[in-house]
Amino acid sequence: MSDFSKMLGAPLNPSRRRAIRNILLGGAALSVGARAVAGAKPVATKARIVVVGAGAAGLGVAARLSQRLDGAKITILDARKRHLYQPGFTLIAAGLHGASYSVTETAHWIPRNVDWIEEAAAAFDPAGNSVTTTSGKKISYDFLVVAAGIQLDYASVAGMDVAQIGKNGLGSVYASPEAAEATYRAMSAFTDKGGRGLFHRPATEIKCAGAPLKYTFITDDAARRKGNRGKVELLYAAHNKSFFSVPIFNEKIRMLFEDRGVKSVKDHVIKAIDIGARRASFDTPTGVETIDYDFINLVPPMRAPEAVRNSELPWKTGGWAADGWIEVDKHSLRHPRFPNVFAVGDIAGVPKGKTAASAKWQVPVAVDHLVADIAGGKSTASYTGYTSCPLITKIGRAMLVEFDYNNNIMSSFPGVISPFEELWVTWLIKAIGLKPTYYAMLRGEA
Amino acid sequence: MGQLSIATLIAIFQEMLGPVVFWALVVIAPLGLIAFLYVLIAQRGVFSRAFLRAEVIGLIGGTLSVFVLLTLTNSSITDMGGPIDIIALASVWIGGAIGSAMIAYTIIGLLLKRRSD
Repeated sequence: MSDFSKMLGAPLNPSRRRAIRNILLGGAALSVGARAVAGAKPVATKARIVVVGAGAAGLGVAARLSQRLDGAKITILDARKRHLYQPGFTLIAAGLHGASYSVTETAHWIPRNVDWIEEAAAAFDPAGNSVTTTSGKKISYDFLVVAAGIQLDYASVAGMDVAQIGKNGLGSVYASPEAAEATYRAMSAFTDKGGRGLFHRPATEIKCAGAPLKYTFITDDAARRKGNRGKVELLYAAHNKSFFSVPIFNEKIRMLFEDRGVKSVKDHVIKAIDIGARRASFDTPTGVETIDYDFINLVPPMRAPEAVRNSELPWKTGGWAADGWIEVDKHSLRHPRFPNVFAVGDIAGVPKGKTAASAKWQVPVAVDHLVADIAGGKSTASYTGYTSCPLITKIGRAMLVEFDYNNNIMSSFPGVISPFEELWVTWLIKAIGLKPTYYAMLRGEA
Repeated sequence: MGQLSIATLIAIFQEMLGPVVFWALVVIAPLGLIAFLYVLIAQRGVFSRAFLRAEVIGLIGGTLSVFVLLTLTNSSITDMGGPIDIIALASVWIGGAIGSAMIAYTIIGLLLKRRSD
């Protein structure tokens, strides 16, 4: 890089240097940050490590542990035969891909020296260092990494029926790739016919907080492309007083909504839905309010899976206790009460980010601490809360929203790709860059 | 921010293109470059007739590269939102144009050499 600086004839500041390097190397937001210890000799150990969950975080952990340890007995628990590339759901729901775009086989991603038990965890006993599977099998461990993901709590929205997604103007991008595809059909029918499109998010923590916003913009774009924007009213019901938790981006989204003619109401938390009548009920500060719609993208409340909620692992107090997110130190991802337990990905009770990009940055940190424990050393790796979201504002353009725990902007391409501009290059990152990066992450190579 | 290593990039491009296509390209690209240099050296400079034809093919190749990328990414020229987009699009066109011109020049040069032999 110093040679490159000399070529330009002027010293480069570190952030500008990083931006140029990323562009030269064709990197994307998710791809920055390689192996922490590339080339390091594996640590010999007989440690028994259980990883709960074979999603983005769990597979990444299993892959990196298998690279960094020699002789460890690594077991991964997950009943799902399908691995879902969830960042692709919005593209499926935009009609750009079929459901198969996000589907691969879990077996394909399991590292060779990792045992896969095709069952979910039914109970955790962190004091006794064991996990019990749904068939009653008890697995003891020396270290536990919980990457159990999220439970979509559709049942807590009265009247909701997942089987109805795609019918009666009911969409819900999150449920599955098939539901995302069905959501596109419902959205497409709505943008053909016109009426009121209703968008919202629940008051719980959710996966990718940008996704409900993205789908509002995607629907706006679909209506415009059909020349039907005049027949379509778009209404976003925010769960609190903002659209996005990071103030600087919230303000930008407010401006974009104004530009696109998206109306909004604040402090609306979904409570119930009447699918047949196309009517949603919201808790508001002034009581329950109902809103009629022709199309809705229903975002379910999200909580920790039941087995985690029923264990000793979640926070006991504070904002994350009620929904069962696991108590961890937000920088090391280590459990403070059970130091041989780590939590990564959506299940981690940390202040920011339930995204693949968060998992990408959490996994090497937790793995580094775990391996240091085995090796008898101390890790200095720290997760800053970095997360990113290529916020689609129309098909063909997106904003590269990146931030950390402190709501600081964390640009991967400072001075080159503005986080506040709707850009085609950001769309390229989303459309063709993220999926291969995500899959490289599952292999522990990105 | 961590480091973006060559190993990471190789992993990403392998996932993007598939290992067979990726490694085939890794092998073919230097061979193509060697063939291009061979033609240049064998002809002791640029052969004007071949160069002119290669330039025309380069124009088509650059345009085709842009068209393919826009099609693959469901986007259009109207999606350009800022200077970096124009730079990126121009880079794609230039890369496609230079690449296809080099391929065309090499093939034409090799054919002409074969004929003259």
